[in-house]
Amino acid sequence: MTEPLLLEMHGISKTYPGVQALKGIDLQLRAGEVLALVGENGAGKSTLMKILSGAVQADGGEIRLLEQPVQITDPRHTRGLGIAMIHQELALVPQFSAVQNLFMGRELTLRNGFLDWTRARAEAKAILARFNLSIDVDRPVSQLPLAIRQMIEIARAISSGARIVIMDEPTSSLTAHETEDLFRVTRSLRDEGVGVIYISHHLEELFHLCDRATVLRDGALVGTVDIANSSRDQIVRMMVGREPSEFAKREHLEPGEEVLRVEGITRAGVLRDVSLTVRRGEVVGLAGLVGAGRSELARAIIGADPIDAGRVLLNGREVRIRTPEDAARVGIAYVPEDRKGQGLVLGMSIEANVTLPILRKLTRRGLLRTRRRREVAQKLVSDVQMRPPDVRRLAMQLSGGNQQKVVLGKWLGDNATVFILDEPTRGIDVGAKVEIYHLIDRLARAGAGVLLISSELPEILGLSDRIGVMRQGRIVDHCSRAEATEERIVQAAMAG
Amino acid sequence: MAVTTDAATADRVPRRNLGVLLGRESGIIIGFLILCAVFAWLNPAFMRVENLLDVAQQSSITAVLAIGMTLVIITAGIDLSVGSVVALSAYLTADLMDRGVPVALAILAGLGCGLLAGALNGLLITKGQLPAFIVTLGTMSLIRGLVLIYSQGTPVYGVPPAFKSLIGGHLLGVPIPVLIAAVIAILAYLALQYTPFGQQVIAIGGNEEAARLSGINVQRRLVSVYMISGMLAGVGALILTARLGAAEPISGVGYELNAIAAAVMGGASLAGGQGSILGTVVGALIMGALQNGLTLNNVPSFYQQVAVGAVIIVAVFVDQWRRRKVA
Repeated sequence: MTEPLLLEMHGISKTYPGVQALKGIDLQLRAGEVLALVGENGAGKSTLMKILSGAVQADGGEIRLLEQPVQITDPRHTRGLGIAMIHQELALVPQFSAVQNLFMGRELTLRNGFLDWTRARAEAKAILARFNLSIDVDRPVSQLPLAIRQMIEIARAISSGARIVIMDEPTSSLTAHETEDLFRVTRSLRDEGVGVIYISHHLEELFHLCDRATVLRDGALVGTVDIANSSRDQIVRMMVGREPSEFAKREHLEPGEEVLRVEGITRAGVLRDVSLTVRRGEVVGLAGLVGAGRSELARAIIGADPIDAGRVLLNGREVRIRTPEDAARVGIAYVPEDRKGQGLVLGMSIEANVTLPILRKLTRRGLLRTRRRREVAQKLVSDVQMRPPDVRRLAMQLSGGNQQKVVLGKWLGDNATVFILDEPTRGIDVGAKVEIYHLIDRLARAGAGVLLISSELPEILGLSDRIGVMRQGRIVDHCSRAEATEERIVQAAMAG
Repeated sequence: MAVTTDAATADRVPRRNLGVLLGRESGIIIGFLILCAVFAWLNPAFMRVENLLDVAQQSSITAVLAIGMTLVIITAGIDLSVGSVVALSAYLTADLMDRGVPVALAILAGLGCGLLAGALNGLLITKGQLPAFIVTLGTMSLIRGLVLIYSQGTPVYGVPPAFKSLIGGHLLGVPIPVLIAAVIAILAYLALQYTPFGQQVIAIGGNEEAARLSGINVQRRLVSVYMISGMLAGVGALILTARLGAAEPISGVGYELNAIAAAVMGGASLAGGQGSILGTVVGALIMGALQNGLTLNNVPSFYQQVAVGAVIIVAVFVDQWRRRKVA
């Protein structure tokens, strides 16, 4: 079965001042296939896709669409060429309904020039029906779940004639159920002859969904393999260029005395009577589905959200935490799930970001000691193994992995004794993940208590000494690492 | 042939220009110098020392207000009430002095009035969770109404000479308002770049939630910033009263817009997280130089308004264009 080549990128190169970002990349996409594009952060996936979408110009190489060479010099061209990019940040107007979004820019009109709502609504329903979506097409999309919005965006691309769809980390904010829906839609696109380029850090997803995988490393093409004939380890080896060690694995330490105790935390409609403890030198994993209340618990503990009942004890003494400021003062560090939205000031330097919680300690007679601040920032950055360790760069210029290291690093300077880490490795590459695992281990060895929230089971199982499972705002299961199995956790998270 | 080779190499070597030396305020500083050069060419009297000091003096109130505005804008806020606060503080100070209250007390009252107005703005914005634009639009009208009620619409003229020479006089040949503005600019620059407060304010403007989760008391910082803006409006009121020797309930109208214009020309982003005290001061100087230079060249005041508006738009346009090129 040789389907026609939809897209052929040949010898694509791109040099930025001082860096060769892409070195002669070849990529082929056939009609009716899902092609995975994988590689660590910084491997060149985004640059390659930016070239394809016209946001960045290649220095060398050729792009052919249906065998015809094309020049893509402007993002506006791509729509006419039938290429659609589904971004991590969705490009829908939140206040608009599905109908308005679907026909944005190509509105259906009556002969008198007014909008033809009847026809638009009917066509919107027909388009969405192809995706098995039966939703209220008149509701503002901001009131719809993220997964539905994503599918509306895909539907919009297809209905405006896209033959090539690029999906960049489309599942990063979806629940397992929603992910399955997205896969179903993606497969039906494939069956209709659309070519899909699928970028994801979740290798499991690739094996569920993709036909082939093109692997990049350090801006060069490592190879393209058929998923059916490959193993997970093989692809990881291609990505990182070394044997996959046991990624998430931590030696069990004898924990010390209790450092954090949470009793009966309740927040109407969100958390119900949640209690847990973390001891020194211990990593307590918190598993559960998205929406089970894990992040909400973290935010309640640190005072970011108000609680209706419950108390927090630190080293056996009750502490009153009403704001994140209180939490920071008593030594509870919190790394939020959304690092760009909540963890970083993107327009500020690494230096400014990592010293943000400890500015008061870096002053003399009220003025900041800038040299001291730089030294401290450099120390923190080297503690989290950030490369390159240049602290003057802006947070917005960093890869996901380095951004996460900055968010972690800013709590290392403050003698925190409890670390609450919410999805600390989401969306970052394998190499940076392993470094963050080591960092978590070092924190525990240094006597801190760690509460680890993660949706990746291997991470929870490999790093935690004890595991709690949350569902519908309460802890429904609790077990030691020895008792924990993937099946047990999944069952506890989903039952009911 | 030689020319093309040169051009090719020039592209590869990172260019060292004035911009590198002066930092990100280079654009507005160069613009200011060009403006001065044009006025000097049109009328050499512009460059006389007395006239330049005049420009500085004319810019001082805008500069003082704009420094407060810059802090507010950095937090992604806005303070539309400063013009009205100028009127209230000025009227209160002048009225107290007219009634025989000691000058020092009257000055404190004027500054305190600004602080209170700022606190009101800040509390409504943080505790009341209202948009800064709406709150300060409201207090702009509310405070203006209070001055009109308080004054019954009539000016106060009895400003004692001691006050006029204290605030409006000269020190070593330099007008005192210029010195006041300079000291405030230096303090604000230091506060912004070299104190935890300043860095926290920038962080709040850049990403309020990240700042909050980093243990920063966001509400308290925001209230402080509006209080500073209010107090600086009080300072502006003192300068205005000393210069006019009187206080009118309708003074200060439109001052908030001049302050915003100076801050934005100086590189402050209305989206927050960005702003420069040096840039703001130069922005205020541009407004002063424009007014002075146009008057010197006998341009009627109606036309001056057109010129000021055009310069504001051109300045911000060039700045944005330059940034996009760099990025």
